[in-house]
Amino acid sequence: MRMTRRRALLGAAMSLTLLAAGCGSSDDGTDSTPAKTTVSDADVEAALQAGGNLTVWAWEPTLTKVVADFQIKYPKVKVNLIKNGSGNDQYTALQNAIKAGTGVPDVAQIEYYALSQFALSKAVTDLNTFGAKSLDGTFTPGPWSSVHAGDKIYGLPMDSGPMALFYNKEVFDKYGIAIPKTWEDYAAAAAKLHQANPKAWITSDSGDAGFTTSMIWQAGGRPYKVDGTTVSINFADPGTQKWTGLWQGLIDKKLLAPIPGWSDAWYKGLGDGTIASLVIGAWMPPNLESGVKAASGKWRVAPMPQWAAGEKVTSENGGSSLAVTEASQNKTLAYGFMKYATVAEGAQSRTDEGAFPATTAQINADAFKNKEFPYLGGQKANEVLAEAAANVAPGWSYLPFQVFANSVYNDSVGKAYTGGGTLQDGLKGWQDASTKYGQEQGFTIQ
Amino acid sequence: MTRRSWIGWQFVAPFLAVFALVFLAPIAYSAYLSLYRTKLIGGTSFVGAQNYTKALHDPQFWSAVGRVSLFLIVQVPIMLLLALLIALAIDSGRLYGAAFFRISIFLPYAVPAVVATLMWGFMYGSQFGLIRNLNEWFGVTLPDPLAPNLVLAAIGNITTWEFVGYNMIILYAALRVVDPSLYEAAAIDGAGQFRIIRAIKLPALRGPLLITTMFSIIGSFQLFTEPVVLRTIAPNAILTYFTPNYYAWQLSVGGQQFNYSATVAVVMGLLTMLVAYLVQARAVRKAV
Repeated sequence: MRMTRRRALLGAAMSLTLLAAGCGSSDDGTDSTPAKTTVSDADVEAALQAGGNLTVWAWEPTLTKVVADFQIKYPKVKVNLIKNGSGNDQYTALQNAIKAGTGVPDVAQIEYYALSQFALSKAVTDLNTFGAKSLDGTFTPGPWSSVHAGDKIYGLPMDSGPMALFYNKEVFDKYGIAIPKTWEDYAAAAAKLHQANPKAWITSDSGDAGFTTSMIWQAGGRPYKVDGTTVSINFADPGTQKWTGLWQGLIDKKLLAPIPGWSDAWYKGLGDGTIASLVIGAWMPPNLESGVKAASGKWRVAPMPQWAAGEKVTSENGGSSLAVTEASQNKTLAYGFMKYATVAEGAQSRTDEGAFPATTAQINADAFKNKEFPYLGGQKANEVLAEAAANVAPGWSYLPFQVFANSVYNDSVGKAYTGGGTLQDGLKGWQDASTKYGQEQGFTIQ
Repeated sequence: MTRRSWIGWQFVAPFLAVFALVFLAPIAYSAYLSLYRTKLIGGTSFVGAQNYTKALHDPQFWSAVGRVSLFLIVQVPIMLLLALLIALAIDSGRLYGAAFFRISIFLPYAVPAVVATLMWGFMYGSQFGLIRNLNEWFGVTLPDPLAPNLVLAAIGNITTWEFVGYNMIILYAALRVVDPSLYEAAAIDGAGQFRIIRAIKLPALRGPLLITTMFSIIGSFQLFTEPVVLRTIAPNAILTYFTPNYYAWQLSVGGQQFNYSATVAVVMGLLTMLVAYLVQARAVRKAV
């Protein structure tokens, strides 16, 4: 609409006005001394008893119950849980609120890949103030290292996303497809399935930065190297090429459904057998249960396919932390809520609801490993997923401006999916765009 | 005397206050922002005209400008011609159910752009949409409207659907104020319908056509809602620098480059004013 467009532009201009308040800070975020502990556990408990209001921005579905339980335990605390879209949509809203200086939540869900960007811009607070260091050993090593920047701790791990193969058993059985153990098997299964039913694909992909980086991670590629503000980006390494070799073959033979992830068509395709499997993080089961009700009982979990038979290497895909914003007026109370949600009763309640925990206590519990998932046909899926969590390949890091990099991923790599180039060319374009941005933002790019 | 002039100011003061707050202030602030640069490492510094130099040499910005220019050259004439033909048809008095026609063609304008785009997006879908159904019913393979080479045309189709009725109403209203005695006189002189259109109706539409052209130029340069909504189902066809407004938006929300985003907005505003001015100047010269 003409009017709407004009109004939208006006709105954009007005929000620019609001940004004024947040400008002018020239802190470069390179100081690496962790904050001293000034707030004790007793102070946190006192704040919880005293009560107050908290605003929490998160999209993780299992938090709804956590918030309800929390308010029963601490009746004087009022938690306002707001879903502001997931992933990038929320980061956009959060960054805008922080720039504007108003409407910033006390606690925000931030994925591991995005946390360093928020830490660098001083949007989230160093939890050493609250003695978060004492939580060493509480969380599984992967997620716990993901919330660290040097000795600083910017979030508490909420869940973790070791990758696994989710597949539609009904479709696999119907076309006589065995669970692929290696990527070679997987490519063969992709061809067999699509040949048997041209309306079914082994999986869908139309270019997803998070998926790509996780796949390169598993294949042994380490395209990003970050040392403070010195960054190197290189997608020509052998690990990356291993993955692009496999995936380019699937694209060339049109063996991937051209359905963008998380779209309506994607959910529909997962439900009706059009998309027969997903290689995705262990946090997927609750999403399948709530988004793909039609396929209840049909899906199963298997280990992620391997590059060499007999290996057990996995990588992380997604997974989020909860962080306290620097702008929060109620940081101690916010930390109290976060601890409840990620370590105390909340961790158990979220695990019971189907989330994949990042806490060692929950992941090692017999009740967790033996839990049967009705949606997954009664499978004890956590046996597979816990093993995946234990086998995450070490040494990966994301860019300190990964949120930006992911937002422009499809500009260059998208061409590989529409027939205008190869994945390797696309990744080179992505590397160049990320390099240019990094330089403009003052990073040293090597 | 001074007293009287103050009373005048008091009457327009509420308007001026709102105008300054919601119109002038954001423009001034954008211009101010465009002179600075904020880095993640290094903070904010004054850079003078550097952002403008960068914009003038930014291939992504010019690719966006090129895309909306192409859109303008193709979509606007098609839409206005359609609107003109429909307005003439309804005004001719020979159409059965003219009131129904008028309302139903105008109705899409009442549909919010986001809803309209979602709706068309469903139809464009070659996996689960109308395109798939058509392919199955007729055993054909239609080209995918959301492919990179067709997506601009697909958006043109949506905006045409949205705005034909709006432009038609403006043109039709202008036709309604033509003195009917002119038509009678023309008929007595033996003029046919097409002669009447050429000699009476089209000259009467000169002003309204200029207005609708202006609105359409501005609308084309501001193209934003449709690409943003379609990107969720066509992530590889719609780039983050698809249109200038999209680019400015991406720069600020995706890249936190508020200063450069403001620069792009200012340059695009000036460019829009320039084109609108040239079109108007040309139209006025022709009229004289």
